[in-house]
Amino acid sequence: MKRAVALALALLAATALAEAPRSGLAYQGEDIRRLQADDFANPAMLWAERGAAAWQQRRGTANKSCADCHGAAEQSMRGVAARLPAWDARLQRVSTLDQRINACTVREQGAAELPPESEPALALQTYLALQSRGMPLRVAVDGPAGPVFYIGRELYRTRIGQMNLACTHCHEQKAGKTLLAEQISQGQPTAWPAYRMDWQAPGSIERRLRACFLGVRAEMPAYRSEDLVALQLYLVWRAQGLALEAPGVRR
Amino acid sequence: MSEAPGIGRIRVPPRARRGEVVEIRLLIQHPMENGFRRDTLGRAVAKNIIHRLVARYDGREILRAELGSGIAANPYFAFFTRATASGRIEIDWEDDAGVRGSVGAAIEVT
Amino acid sequence: MRRRHFLKVGAGGTAILAVPAAAQQLLPAHDLAPLIMQIAGTSPPRPGRVRIGLPSLAENGNSVPLDLAVDSPMSEADHVRSIHVLAERNPRPLVASFQLGPLAGRAQLSLRIRLAGSQRVVALAVMSDGACWSAETEVVVTSAACLDELSL
Ligand code: HEC
Ligand code: HEC
Repeated sequence: MKRAVALALALLAATALAEAPRSGLAYQGEDIRRLQADDFANPAMLWAERGAAAWQQRRGTANKSCADCHGAAEQSMRGVAARLPAWDARLQRVSTLDQRINACTVREQGAAELPPESEPALALQTYLALQSRGMPLRVAVDGPAGPVFYIGRELYRTRIGQMNLACTHCHEQKAGKTLLAEQISQGQPTAWPAYRMDWQAPGSIERRLRACFLGVRAEMPAYRSEDLVALQLYLVWRAQGLALEAPGVRR
Repeated sequence: MSEAPGIGRIRVPPRARRGEVVEIRLLIQHPMENGFRRDTLGRAVAKNIIHRLVARYDGREILRAELGSGIAANPYFAFFTRATASGRIEIDWEDDAGVRGSVGAAIEVT
Repeated sequence: MRRRHFLKVGAGGTAILAVPAAAQQLLPAHDLAPLIMQIAGTSPPRPGRVRIGLPSLAENGNSVPLDLAVDSPMSEADHVRSIHVLAERNPRPLVASFQLGPLAGRAQLSLRIRLAGSQRVVALAVMSDGACWSAETEVVVTSAACLDELSL
């Protein structure tokens, strides 16, 4: 009996995994889909506009702007967000878009670190993600990024919190089902940074992931922590082929 | 990268025929704090909403809005005006903290 | 203001929903009559000429798209003077008032509003001749569930 249940669960997991990757947009209602498609009305575009201004602004002890070194973001940053997180030779670790922006802010501009979820951090992330919109996600998980990828994959399957659930239980086994008036998606990272109705503000993927931790009554990993970076690398690998759609809109 | 007060975006067709009715779209970055939320330390967040907004076409009023806390954060509006002459559409607003914002666009009428 | 529900973990790790009866509890509805009288004057508004576009089912009460349109030629002689939006279960039921005139060309507006739960939404239009017309609609708001962090 026990074995039969285990087998059934294993089969369920296998079919869930075999399901083709689908953007979380497919699980949103018509209004949100329309809002995301409308670059004027999508409120996250206000943050992208701020990011465009920040790109030009000279800052820090070096008194340099991002544009002074990188030129036009439309060219130099095209495709960058779609291949991150990745191994960073400068930092000697896997780093996210947010961390790369910060590395430049601190090391190249000589300015203070941008606090996580602060307006300047979100504005630059949104603006740079926009330069890769529509491009397929593709990350390297071999070479030096390998160990981090395996940590992320492990975390994805580890039961956490008072509810004792792992990411896979909701986003693979329950994808498409409704939990408390909330449609569970595959938990793909394609929309982020995204404007979330619930927050009435845009936020990063890290804020979204922390919300999932709190949702199962688990301790939230710190922003920019190794666990969140590892999870992001795994999520983007898992989403490979899906197009980046940031800045998205979500409930 | 200052945390300047909210910015606005406006969209007006750059050109229109005389007499044509054109759409004006507006989006403003503003939290529209309704005064009912609490911060992470449990303190009430002060109410602060854009309570007044006026749209003008070369100085003449198209629309005047009195807004309450029932308007969504980062407010969005779309409305219309009749293109009468080449000129400017200007929208300005004020929130409970007394902060004012404005945004404008030109329209060429032929 | 949002209610939190909790998932219970049953045997085998399957999540079981535990929705408290209070989940559907709403703020009491305001009596809109005094507000309507203030806007319309002494004669009650007549149903008609106003159209409300709202999703019958809104996914998140923090931002619900609302379209308003009034049948009117919007001429100097015959136009809409003002449009008002009322939501009976919002803590402050008067959502917005718009004053407009012939320069608007068309009596049509779109905006995004907050709705504190499922409720009746009323729109009023006051015409240049002083007449007041109205429309109302019911909207169901399915707030996001609380598998999620607190909003702030
Ligand atoms: C109790 C169920 C549950 C668990 C466990 C859970 N999440 Fe979620 N997650 C949600 C819900 C609900 C949402 C919002 C609706 C949706 O997109 O699924 C969400 C959204 C997301 C999104 C955003 C999807 C989008 O399209 O915007 C990502 C990414 C995500 N989760 C990743 C994770 C990861 C990684 C974990 C494990 C650390 C995890 N989730 C654990 C319920 C869960
Ligand atoms: C003084 C020059 C300088 C300035 C100023 C500067 N950067 Fe950089 N940036 C670099 C260098 C050098 C690299 C590393 C290139 C590499 O790794 O090959 C880099 C890398 C990056 C990357 C990673 C690109 C990739 O392909 O992975 C991002 C994103 C980035 N910068 C964003 C910014 C932003 C945003 C700003 C402004 C806040 C900024 N940079 C300011 C020099 C600069």
